[in-house]
Amino acid sequence: MVLKSLNFLIAGVGGQGTVVASDILSDVGSETGYDVKKSDILGLAVRGGSVVSHVRWAEQVHAPMIEEGSADYLVGFEWLETLRRLSYVKSEGTILVNDCRLDPITVSSGEAEYPEREIVLAQLEKAAKKVYAIPGLQTALDLGNARILNIVVMGALSALLKTDPTLWERTVERRVPKKLLALNLEAFRKGRVLIVNHIGKGTSQNGT
Amino acid sequence: MKALLSGNEAIARGAYEAGIQVVAGYPGTPSSEILENVAKYQEIYSEWSANEKVAMDMAAGAAYSGRRAMVTTKQVGMNVLSDSLFYTVYTGLEAGVVVVTADDPGLFSTQNEQDNRHYAKLGKLPLLEPADSQECKDFVTKGIEISEQFDTPVLIRTTMRTSHSKSMVTMGERQKVREEVGPFPRNMEKYNCMCLWAKKRHPVVEQRLLDLAEYAETFPWNRIEWGDRSLGIIASGVVYEYAREVFTKASFLKLGMTYPLPKRLIKEFANGVKKIVVIEELDPFLEEQMKAMGISAVGKEIFPPFDELLPQTLRRLAINASLLPKQHRERPHASSSADLPGRNPVLCPGCPHRTSFFLLNKMKLPVAGDIGCYNLGALPPFSAQHTMGAMGASIGVLHGMGKSNLPEPAVATIGDSTFFHAGIPPLLNMVHNKGVGTVIIMDNSTTAMTGHQDHPGMGVNLMGEPTKKVDIHELVKAIGVEKILKVNAFDVKAMEEALKECTAYKGTAVLIAEGECVFISRNPQPAYEVDLDLCTACGICSRMGCPAIVKVKAEHEKTGRKKTGIDPVLCSGCDVCAQVCPTSAIQKPKNKKS
Repeated sequence: MVLKSLNFLIAGVGGQGTVVASDILSDVGSETGYDVKKSDILGLAVRGGSVVSHVRWAEQVHAPMIEEGSADYLVGFEWLETLRRLSYVKSEGTILVNDCRLDPITVSSGEAEYPEREIVLAQLEKAAKKVYAIPGLQTALDLGNARILNIVVMGALSALLKTDPTLWERTVERRVPKKLLALNLEAFRKGRVLIVNHIGKGTSQNGT
Repeated sequence: MKALLSGNEAIARGAYEAGIQVVAGYPGTPSSEILENVAKYQEIYSEWSANEKVAMDMAAGAAYSGRRAMVTTKQVGMNVLSDSLFYTVYTGLEAGVVVVTADDPGLFSTQNEQDNRHYAKLGKLPLLEPADSQECKDFVTKGIEISEQFDTPVLIRTTMRTSHSKSMVTMGERQKVREEVGPFPRNMEKYNCMCLWAKKRHPVVEQRLLDLAEYAETFPWNRIEWGDRSLGIIASGVVYEYAREVFTKASFLKLGMTYPLPKRLIKEFANGVKKIVVIEELDPFLEEQMKAMGISAVGKEIFPPFDELLPQTLRRLAINASLLPKQHRERPHASSSADLPGRNPVLCPGCPHRTSFFLLNKMKLPVAGDIGCYNLGALPPFSAQHTMGAMGASIGVLHGMGKSNLPEPAVATIGDSTFFHAGIPPLLNMVHNKGVGTVIIMDNSTTAMTGHQDHPGMGVNLMGEPTKKVDIHELVKAIGVEKILKVNAFDVKAMEEALKECTAYKGTAVLIAEGECVFISRNPQPAYEVDLDLCTACGICSRMGCPAIVKVKAEHEKTGRKKTGIDPVLCSGCDVCAQVCPTSAIQKPKNKKS
């Protein structure tokens, strides 16, 4: 079986859990049989700064990061950060964006304006073939814990990739503390449902 | 058994498999995770040393005693470590030692972009550059082998991409280690670098380099990969992977051991291709050595000496230099990300450093800064770290400012871990040489920026053992400082009074600002709220630079300025913004228990 290469870019704000999300995505790739490499920004950028992870699935991967215009999937945890990395997505690629706005200090101090949501969405739709905007943060808050946002988003991604969810759930189990496993699995499944509902209504929705 | 590991995790695994028994270092991005992962192995003694030089001395002591050792550092940490590394090159060791330097092309978290490969040349020791996680692990084992075969420490150099990227690694077993060692060698002609003995060791070091150059010819990770003979690319480390990504047809000379170089192998490669291009990030370390060998190679003409050479940059430069044909790649529509609001890292909600910087900005004092989370005080809205350059430099620079008769009082800011690393000698110096200035020691009870590692002021070490907790107040008193104030960092009024008292003092004053890092105290209070009827949109709270303080739609009728709101997900209830609000509009939430 020849595995089709896939490149993922995960963008967000330091503290949103993008690194764990990309670890899970990487594990799923290697369990599926791919050679996998990934890169994270760690260190200074984490203190509420702009963070990005590259994940690559292929028969053999050389560089651990992808070039602009090469991401099959751009997964954004926050609007501004998704916009910031827009040049990485392929024109025939897919954007999965979490409906979440986190103002940087440059905005809350009045120095800069946060772009309007509709304008951001329009730019995303222009750049990629499919755009799915999901209420990931709200789903996490409804489950009582903002910090499982990343698992919700991975659930949504697993549905887009049309992959076996049990493979993902085994990976999530390995990566989260045991006492929180039930909560994380619920978050993952709710994330999948966000997409399953989405697809029925067509693309480019602003979440259910 | 295979696993997806980062370069740092793989190096830790390599230490385990290579039979290393002692590992020491000081936290520094991108190297910190190595020691954090080594600490998981029961078979290895590991510690966070007070600084990198102590770590190197400690490793030398262990290696002289017969225990294999490893030292880890970020790239500027090598500057501190090298003082001790260099004598071990002269003395040799009783057991293998590898020193890992994690460089930072692209300056993700360092003060400069120095290329530490030069240390191999200056220090006269062999250099290995792994390209991925598997090599990170294998080079530790191989490094120990080379170290023991040639009686020298070995330098392993990664870059941020190798350290933090993850790739597949095949695991192995731990080598058998010596249980019993000793007695300690009584061989002063070798281990004591007194000049009359060191003079005899230098020719030994030079001969060793010649022997290593011969060894390099058959080092398994120095290899030619023939492809199209019109272009021959020479590359080491992760740059080799980038080049393989971009140049799909060329011939390659991959180098894993980059000092000394395998001259015959290089000449064989050069003779087999039409054009040689040396692709390196930062300095022409390889290129200059090749040119000195008489090889006509091109490198820095095409690739700049700063920043990372990411695949897309490499591709663009290669096309511009006609090394690759022009491509008609469809560029997706993308807004220029330069137009978007920046998102710099910030002090976390609840950070104890916030008060100091709010006040330093308010009082418009000149500040000599240092390295740690508090260095974020340089960014708006504080803009209060007017200099910064190296660990512990703040106090020395303050002393220089004090001796220059400036018309304003000066302040230095230094964290607790940084103070233990490099702040004690400069403070001793200030007292001894009658310096004038205020040192704010920001004691948040951890080494925060790099991931909350332990330090001598914390009472517990990396092995999890309870240990002596150094009292900073007592230490500063013992150093001879006469004006010492210890203040709760979350009490804005007390901090302001203390700062005024210290800056008025005609001598060396120390203000110990005590407040636990939020990651240590782990005791978030309910989020505060803003009473919009009381808020006058004066904007004083936004000078706190807290990400939890946001602007809301409601405006002040007279000025039209937007009022303040507090993000309930981010606020940690530290009370500091409430203390500075002139109308008491920011309030503790009513009817909520902590």
